[in-house]
Amino acid sequence: MATATASSPVRDTGIGALLRHRAVGKLLLLALAAAILVPIANAKWASGAWPDALTVDLTEPLAKTTDWIIDNRDSHPLFIYFLGHVSNAIVLSVRGVYLVLLAAGWAGVTIGAGLVAWRVAGVKLAVLASSAFAVCGLLGMWVPTMQTLALMIVAVLASVVIGLLLGLAGGLNDRMFRILRPVLDTMQVLPAYAYLLPFALVFGMGVPAAIIATVVYAAPPMARLTALGLRGADGGVMEAVTSLGATGRQRLFSARLPLARKELLLGLNQTIMMALSMAVIASVIGAGGLGDRVYQALSTVDVGQALAAGIPIVLLAVVLDRVTGAAGERTGAHAESTSPLRGWRGWSVAAVATVVAALAARFADRVDWPTGWVVNIAPSVNTGKEWMVDHIYTGVPVVGGTADWAANFTTWFLNPLRDGLQGLPWWSVLLVVAALAWLIGTWQTALTAVAAMAAIGVLGVWDKSLDTLAQVLAGVAVTLVLGFAIGIAASRSKRFESLLRPVLDVFQTMPQFVYLIPVVALFGIGRAPAVAAAVVYALPAVVRITTQGLSQVDAAAMESTRSLGATSWQQLRKVQLPLARPALMLALNQGVVLVLAVVVIGGLVGGGALGYDVVFGIAQGDLATGLVAGAAIVCLGLMLDRVTQPTTRRGHSVKKGA
Amino acid sequence: MRVRTRVMSAVTAGGALLALSGCGAADMSKQASPYANAEGAKTVTLSVQSWVGAQADVAVAEYLLKNELDYRVDKVQIDEVPAWDALSQGRVDAIMEDWGHPDQEQRYVKDKKTIVPGGDVGVTGHIGWYVPTYFAKKHPDVTDWKNLNKYADQFKTSESGSKGQLMDGSPSYVTNDKALVQNLDLDYQVVFAGSEAAQITQIEQFAKQKKPFLTYWYKPQWLFEKVPMTEVKLPAYKEGCDADPAKIKCAYPHTPLQKYFNADFAKNGGKAAEFLKNFTWSEEDQNEVSLMIADKKMSPDDAAKAWIDKNESKWKAWLPK
Repeated sequence: MATATASSPVRDTGIGALLRHRAVGKLLLLALAAAILVPIANAKWASGAWPDALTVDLTEPLAKTTDWIIDNRDSHPLFIYFLGHVSNAIVLSVRGVYLVLLAAGWAGVTIGAGLVAWRVAGVKLAVLASSAFAVCGLLGMWVPTMQTLALMIVAVLASVVIGLLLGLAGGLNDRMFRILRPVLDTMQVLPAYAYLLPFALVFGMGVPAAIIATVVYAAPPMARLTALGLRGADGGVMEAVTSLGATGRQRLFSARLPLARKELLLGLNQTIMMALSMAVIASVIGAGGLGDRVYQALSTVDVGQALAAGIPIVLLAVVLDRVTGAAGERTGAHAESTSPLRGWRGWSVAAVATVVAALAARFADRVDWPTGWVVNIAPSVNTGKEWMVDHIYTGVPVVGGTADWAANFTTWFLNPLRDGLQGLPWWSVLLVVAALAWLIGTWQTALTAVAAMAAIGVLGVWDKSLDTLAQVLAGVAVTLVLGFAIGIAASRSKRFESLLRPVLDVFQTMPQFVYLIPVVALFGIGRAPAVAAAVVYALPAVVRITTQGLSQVDAAAMESTRSLGATSWQQLRKVQLPLARPALMLALNQGVVLVLAVVVIGGLVGGGALGYDVVFGIAQGDLATGLVAGAAIVCLGLMLDRVTQPTTRRGHSVKKGA
Repeated sequence: MRVRTRVMSAVTAGGALLALSGCGAADMSKQASPYANAEGAKTVTLSVQSWVGAQADVAVAEYLLKNELDYRVDKVQIDEVPAWDALSQGRVDAIMEDWGHPDQEQRYVKDKKTIVPGGDVGVTGHIGWYVPTYFAKKHPDVTDWKNLNKYADQFKTSESGSKGQLMDGSPSYVTNDKALVQNLDLDYQVVFAGSEAAQITQIEQFAKQKKPFLTYWYKPQWLFEKVPMTEVKLPAYKEGCDADPAKIKCAYPHTPLQKYFNADFAKNGGKAAEFLKNFTWSEEDQNEVSLMIADKKMSPDDAAKAWIDKNESKWKAWLPK
């Protein structure tokens, strides 16, 4: 980054020319390789489809593995002396937390949450926290909310501990850092759906498997940010501490960790958000709580009920996000407060008040949320949905109904895209992937991307994966068009942006299960609603990144163009968009990753392809189908990530720290 | 220093947890839900399958367990095959409506003996291919599979391309449809809705516009009350004609639906186990409750209560003496 900004315009043309030159060189080299390899491949396997000779059938061994696990789960030492204890410990911890929450009663929890928020983030958020819990009660979701909360507390604690340990290892040791990075990448791209089943088989249905799956998904951000924080520790401070004769451990605890506090809190925040998004997915294997309510409502096609269970999840997410976020901002701004309630005094006041509230409710015999205080929102939501569907599903004059859009989108966009991709000879797909990845990154990136794509062929799901790829590409295209448009609008109007923010919050945290039914009701079943669901999920992130990227464009540059008389449109096109290019690239990358994450869910509304296979794997306890499809999604994700993420040449980010 | 004490206490807590879980051998076959039996209440954990009929069974059982026998009921929704696994581990106590899983039965009931049969639900299930009755009335010959190819054009959608669409449902359902379409030489494409909810929503949409459609569906089901559908005759079912999944050329069987219990629960589950064993009701009863839940959007609890208030003589017979 530093070298790029330092270079003068004169040298820039030189670098530009060189770059162009390099790109041409890369393409020439690839063409050469293709000219040699393609005829050989063609001679051997004439058809354009992935050659059967190059596939490995994993059905047999995976089915045997399943049988082995089920048959030995009750007797094999590995299970009864190790894995069994892990899952028992999880069950006991969740149970412990759940019992404490139940004992505190609704009064204790509501007030306690408010007081904790007050101590770490101030009065405003305290009110938000308490009222959020009250709303959970009002919606008639108190007990499921507590179950989810118990699940979350244990899962987040476990993720944080594991993330911290991994982060420490990666932050203090260069080699560990290099080994860790691809591992963390994979953990995050892996669709949770794909590993729910193996975990459920090994650790038992329900809570234990859910917690472990959540940890796999939620620990990486903690690990990454911990490592980042530790590596970023100010060299001067570290030297000073060392010169004072501190031992390694003292250095770590007295200087390095405190200096990384901001990153640690951000890691905690990210971990919580990701854990919450797993809460619903985990309900598929019987984890209970709010996710289960959403899932049960889904099966009776009851959007209102699903929303009533989805809102508490959104509220928990918003409260936890704001509170940890505020805590992060507060650290560093040193406590200048001299109020008598600072430090441990404030905390003891909070603790005492919570206990008093809990006891008061207990003596008043009001431990459970009073049934009279429940508002049933389901009927009105359902009426609203019915109205919407009745009026815009089909036959709307001029614009046509949503069902017609979906049909056209499928016929004119999705079908040609899918057929086109599937019609390409397999080696040409690999070549395109190689070219794209190499142009944007290094030869290692290209190699990874090609290897990932080839692995899909080897797994024997080439056609299905290209079907999925077509859906992802279509979803990303729609997301980018909408996301950039909304993002540009938001970056130009502060008021629009502030109106948009809560909407984005809701869509980002609302479990996808909740909007699946409205999506089907509007678009019918098939790939179109699957794409629509993916767009809904990925849009907020793209809008956010775009807005931020555009707003952060150097004010001086904007000012000078305005003084030169550029119109607002010219400004956008000539200055803002080019300068915000890194942000836009990031938006593209995030769009791809997030759209891919919903592919599995799309299987539930007729998306077919890999998503359906993963869902099928869980429903039928079929490890072979589910795992292979899951692995193919991982490979797709890896490939797409490499093709859309510009890689800085190595050695840049690794230098710091140590 | 403070950090170290904190680490120490965390380690102690972890150790204590392990000790609590009983050092030595852990029993993977006894893993109750962490939410069960909280605050001294007796709990029964029931698995709820995703279709509404099963929800109706569970709703009525839950209401009676709560109000007549003083149990707390935890419900967990899991797909069928994983539910069998959860049942064998004691994570759920009972499955109220099983549509026949011979592999699982062999494994858990006959070999491992961790699950025991709980008797009939009283309802007979049947899977088949259906067209809406408004379409069958106009074209009576569509109800024989031999004429289906004639209508393939009318069943086309953007999803099925140039062929007719045969809509299948959730991946957890027993289906031979792909093989059937191929073996019977039908000009159809099986499109998987992916979940029952998506399938029902789509059927309702089609019905609203009086469009023709062909779908995999099953009885008993409340949706028939809202969208009358007529079964398409497939080659008759004969014992064993579905033995080889690749060569199937016949219709689906009629299955008397079954209850299954965790073996331990069946033995030591006291009144709850006895009550669930006695639980049987008719198709009409089940449909009545299902329709209240799924179509009138009553809460399962209210729907159960409405039925219970009217049918005292029926459920009184289920209560343990």
